[in-house]
Amino acid sequence: MNLLEKLDAAAAARKSLLPDGVGAFGIPIEEVYSATEARIGDRRVLLLGTNNYLGLTFAPECIQAAHEALDKEGTGTTGSRMANGSYFGHRALEREFADFYQCSGGIVFTTGYQANLGTISGLVGPGDTVLIDGDSHASIYDGCILSGADIVRFRHNDVADMEKRLRRLGERVETTLIIAEGIYSMLGDQAPLAEIVELKNKYRCILLLDEAHSLGVLGETGQGLVEQTGLLKAVDFITGTFSKSLCSIGGFCVSNHPQLEQLRYVSHPYIFTASPSPATIASTRAALELLRKGSHLRTQLWKNCTQLYAQLKETGYQLGPDPGPVIAAILDTPQQALLMWRSLLEHNIYVNLILPPAAPEGKSLVRCSVNAAHTSEQIKYVGDTFAKLYNLVRS
Amino acid sequence: MSETDYDQIVQLLCDRLADLSKTSKESISPETNLITQLSIDSIKLLGLIMEIEDAFDISIPINALTDIQTVHELAELIHKIKSAS
Repeated sequence: MNLLEKLDAAAAARKSLLPDGVGAFGIPIEEVYSATEARIGDRRVLLLGTNNYLGLTFAPECIQAAHEALDKEGTGTTGSRMANGSYFGHRALEREFADFYQCSGGIVFTTGYQANLGTISGLVGPGDTVLIDGDSHASIYDGCILSGADIVRFRHNDVADMEKRLRRLGERVETTLIIAEGIYSMLGDQAPLAEIVELKNKYRCILLLDEAHSLGVLGETGQGLVEQTGLLKAVDFITGTFSKSLCSIGGFCVSNHPQLEQLRYVSHPYIFTASPSPATIASTRAALELLRKGSHLRTQLWKNCTQLYAQLKETGYQLGPDPGPVIAAILDTPQQALLMWRSLLEHNIYVNLILPPAAPEGKSLVRCSVNAAHTSEQIKYVGDTFAKLYNLVRS
Repeated sequence: MSETDYDQIVQLLCDRLADLSKTSKESISPETNLITQLSIDSIKLLGLIMEIEDAFDISIPINALTDIQTVHELAELIHKIKSAS
């Protein structure tokens, strides 16, 4: 099979799942009306498949900040952070993230994906080991592959399994980086951070926590799982993204280790790409300010999450173990998931469809992402529709 | 580790691969290709690796699997890691 035939085979496999060409992946959004509504085809749909957890995509403060930066500094930096792409805003945002996490330093990356790629590949290399959760995000896997370090997985959120693997590493634990996530993107469950920190201290490893989905969502000021658990100082490196609660695009890493600064000189995903546009940085700075003061948004978000999680559970759906902004209905087959996804769209609800191998353990998921801007009526409509469609997937 | 150990590893792999691929044990040999003949996808392979790690109390880095195609190549990798541990 040549290179192009391999792609043809992948296309055929995809077509067998989506025979009539209605694409569940990369569906065109024709118009966006608000943080909760958009148009897909000729339907006005309720958005339950975005990562807009605090509902800030249309926050006037962020839009105004982006407009001002656009007018003042132009559309793009046209250069990397290493060259001409470090404007005042980029450096200010790094200080603001460091301050937010009470850390000595912070680095801004162009995307959240690159934040993990750049941090991981900067911290470890050939001969080192990364110990990662089996359900880690692709950016973590790809960062590990880029690094050339040995990649060892432990069973998802299983600290006993993690310890077994740490023990087997012997002296190699000295150069081992443990990686976990605040909230896992597939089932919305949280890492058992206290137990992980205990093992990290026992084996004297370095710990990186990705707060991509938990930033803005967990903790009094929205720092994430580190704040909710009171373990901020126990984590060595925290990464995260701007493209969820902060409603733009970009990523960050903060740490109290002074060596963080060296990543700027060894991390290819930091060096060999253009820096975020001034408008992106400006809206992110405004959003971070709103996030820090946004306990009312978190209260509303959790009210919505709890309402939908309880209703789906009561209907009989199998869900992830923890209620939260990511609520995934776990279905037996890809066909069931596709049928459910299509039926929800016919009821004007857009959710995410996740099929193997993207979903853990060969599962198929219909994943809802709840946000603070959803009204109680909208959440009820979603819950009622899931209940109405339950017969489609009842085993 | 001896030849016997290698044979035991092959035996264990054949048993587990027969279950995973829903084929008979007899149809699997050291030369059998995991992907083209048994249709073992990445998810099944990673699950199998975790089982093997526990069975032999070793760590198998997943990046070491990149070039593995046959039962023999996987058994040899496990044998090598086990011998060094």
